[in-house]
Amino acid sequence: MSHNVYIYILVMAGVTYLIRVLPITLAKKEIVNPYIKSFLYYVPYACLAAMTFPAILSATASRISAVAGFGAALIAAYKEKSLLTVALIACGAVFIVERIMAFL
Amino acid sequence: MKNESFKKGIKDGIPIGLGYLAVSFTFGMMSVSSGLSIWQAVLISLTNLTSAGQFAGLDIIVAGGSYWEMALTQLVINLRYCLMSFSLSQKMRRDEPWAHRYLVAFGITDEIFGVSASQEGKVSAFYNYGAMCMAIPGWTLGTLLGAISGSLLPDFIMSALGVAIYGMFLAVIISPAKKNKAVLLVVVAAMAVSTLFAVVPGLNKVSSGFVIIITTLVTAGGAAYLCPVKEDEVHES
Repeated sequence: MSHNVYIYILVMAGVTYLIRVLPITLAKKEIVNPYIKSFLYYVPYACLAAMTFPAILSATASRISAVAGFGAALIAAYKEKSLLTVALIACGAVFIVERIMAFL
Repeated sequence: MKNESFKKGIKDGIPIGLGYLAVSFTFGMMSVSSGLSIWQAVLISLTNLTSAGQFAGLDIIVAGGSYWEMALTQLVINLRYCLMSFSLSQKMRRDEPWAHRYLVAFGITDEIFGVSASQEGKVSAFYNYGAMCMAIPGWTLGTLLGAISGSLLPDFIMSALGVAIYGMFLAVIISPAKKNKAVLLVVVAAMAVSTLFAVVPGLNKVSSGFVIIITTLVTAGGAAYLCPVKEDEVHES
């Protein structure tokens, strides 16, 4: 580590904040173009879906418990449970499946 | 109204904070084992508030890369925040002072964006502040705990907490996908494209930040072209 750690941190934090702050503060007008509006409407769903799958399959100690967590979350989300409930049900499913696997 | 938004933000921020605690715990552990001090690890989490970017940044610090390399890597990995920030610029209430946006911007993470984008109608800055009040301490505290001791929580708890964030993402995207075929199409397509990037030889070398950017541009762009949203739908969402 020949460079200064604090300058690294400053660069990281600075670049990351600029990316976050420029669009939200500079885009003053309401967008009227229907294509851009539609695109922005779909962005969160595309982004969250891309981050969730397949990453969720390797988020736990075993693939089997991850699949259980994924399935449980899908069912709970389909039943319109709240964010916290869905998250806890997914955690619970992983926990239970891993406990069962420990006995096999 | 402000109070109500703030409380709602805190409530939706709880699973985010819990999920962050688990992820940042790993970051704290890795930082210290790579030679950073506990304080430096915590400082990175407090000032960056991002997962993929921090892990990549840690690699560069350890490898002694140039500051330019650091800046470019952060730019690429975190470019998705640019899309989210732009999307939020349309979503934030216009009757609140503009200065709020400088603070809200700091808290644009995948998860906070996810919950605030899923609110009905325009969203108040105070909703984001509420979520940030849970997320930032979760992220920072998790880093501290991980940095202090890698064996504080038993493995099976860490493993179960690992899916918390994804469970929340699914809660955000599945409900609208049930009601809107175009959203369902976007969700399925995005999962398929990111799976391609994970399994196809060559494509699986693309960094995770790029995969998210490319997948989002392709699927949201394609859907906007194929099924443009009607005016009132955008406002309802």
